[in-house]
Amino acid sequence: MTLRNYLRRETTRRQALVKGYVVPDSSRCVQCGICSYNCPIGIDVRRHAWVGSPVKDNHCLTCGECVDRCPRGVLQFERTNIFDEKKFKLEDKK
Amino acid sequence: MKPRYLIIGMGAAGVSAAEAIRDASAEAEITLIGDERVGFYSRPGLAYYLTQEIPEKHLFPFGKEDFQRLRLQILHARVVDIAPQEHYVTLHDGRKLAYDRLLIATGASAAQPSLPNTKKLQGIVKLDNYADAQDIRKLSRRARAAVVIGGGITALEIVEGLQENGVKTHYFLRGERYWGNVLDEAESRIIENRLKEEGVDIHYHTEAEEILEKRGKVVGVRTKAGQQIKCSIVAYAIGIRPRIKLAESIGLQIERGILVNEFMQSSIPDIFAAGDVAQVFDPYSGQYVIDSLWGPARLQGRAAGLAMIGEGVPYHKGVPFNVTRLAGLTTTIIGQVGSGADKDLVGIARGDSETWRQLPDAIACQQSFDINHLRLQIGNQRILGSIVMGDQTLSQPLRHLIARKANITSIKDSLLMPQAPIADLIAAFWAEWRKDHEI
Repeated sequence: MTLRNYLRRETTRRQALVKGYVVPDSSRCVQCGICSYNCPIGIDVRRHAWVGSPVKDNHCLTCGECVDRCPRGVLQFERTNIFDEKKFKLEDKK
Repeated sequence: MKPRYLIIGMGAAGVSAAEAIRDASAEAEITLIGDERVGFYSRPGLAYYLTQEIPEKHLFPFGKEDFQRLRLQILHARVVDIAPQEHYVTLHDGRKLAYDRLLIATGASAAQPSLPNTKKLQGIVKLDNYADAQDIRKLSRRARAAVVIGGGITALEIVEGLQENGVKTHYFLRGERYWGNVLDEAESRIIENRLKEEGVDIHYHTEAEEILEKRGKVVGVRTKAGQQIKCSIVAYAIGIRPRIKLAESIGLQIERGILVNEFMQSSIPDIFAAGDVAQVFDPYSGQYVIDSLWGPARLQGRAAGLAMIGEGVPYHKGVPFNVTRLAGLTTTIIGQVGSGADKDLVGIARGDSETWRQLPDAIACQQSFDINHLRLQIGNQRILGSIVMGDQTLSQPLRHLIARKANITSIKDSLLMPQAPIADLIAAFWAEWRKDHEI
């Protein structure tokens, strides 16, 4: 991985940590439970993957432990839409 | 009277069916019968239990309150007979249970190798269920060495589990490489090399002839070439057989599994089947196919549940795919990737699909970088299958491109150039394609 790619990835990751939540791709999940087991604050991430709902838990630290530990790449950070993202993007461009 | 739904089997398919029935009907009477003491657990999770990545109690996706919420009646019992005319089943203790609709979701069990003694001796293991996994963990506490026979994902799960528990593991391959009808040679070698680095001893062109015993315990294996290997565990994973005994006894239509239509309905209309035991009609290929995968088992279970309650929508088998870890390397297998037979397996294994071996004429192109490896099987105008090892960025895009039969004519020539940067080509193609296809 080139340094540029690495930095880009790292930036995306940091942004996601701040503005995102964990989203499961249920079709990849086999309910092994590694995510729930490793969640430092005990969120049942596995259940979110079973029902296919994002981990919109106020307590979620977005620490990324579950995302990194999942052996099947089920979990990803996605940016939230709580704020109007388009608006932010427009402002960014200005 | 309330309609009575009876489900035999408490795996992914059975539980999903129960959920679907409850979603659709508050009053239905739903009974789940499981022959394992522990009830519903993650079968694929057993691999991580073996490697000690998760403790035992985390293998259970559902707690007591979840079953209570679904208001399911759960029985730990074995069904020994079905009376399809009279609509009841008989349990091992003689009890009879009546049903209006029945779902058979009994799963599959490991095929037995044709070696003498495979059942009787202490130290012979397979990895079908929870009890087997506990057995392996228990035996490996004292074992110094083990021999593993077979192929596919399960064999590796056992190999890695044993090795992780400090047992010197000898892995026997009948041919010259691992999983030859799904992986290509480069991929097999990647996996084999990683196994060797972990300390696994791979024996090529090796077949067990006899299991050596002493006072009812395994003490070694003698190979066909006459070599003797000392070990106290012999594990086998040569493929699975759908558990169709019950279905056979009542004359349901069967090939390798129970034949079901798009509504998961067997040849007797009020009996349904789903999961590993079902051989499902695939309208695209016109064939009946078995998938031994968690995702399809859930979808089939759901489809069966809805059909049982009279709200069925046809189940269309998607492109089968599995994400798994082979020798520690995350690997996604999508669509048609291989063909022919594998000497180490008698059919498909767990976490496996018959479709993966239905590759027609196609050209392969591949790219490797670091520990990552990407292979595409290119057909006339589209990608038929793919294997993604290591970096998984492209596995989701490829799954969509393959499932939706995306026309890749515009990049086909570039993909097939020598040393083509296929990962970049696919990523760029995907970025454009998804804009037009609402993903």
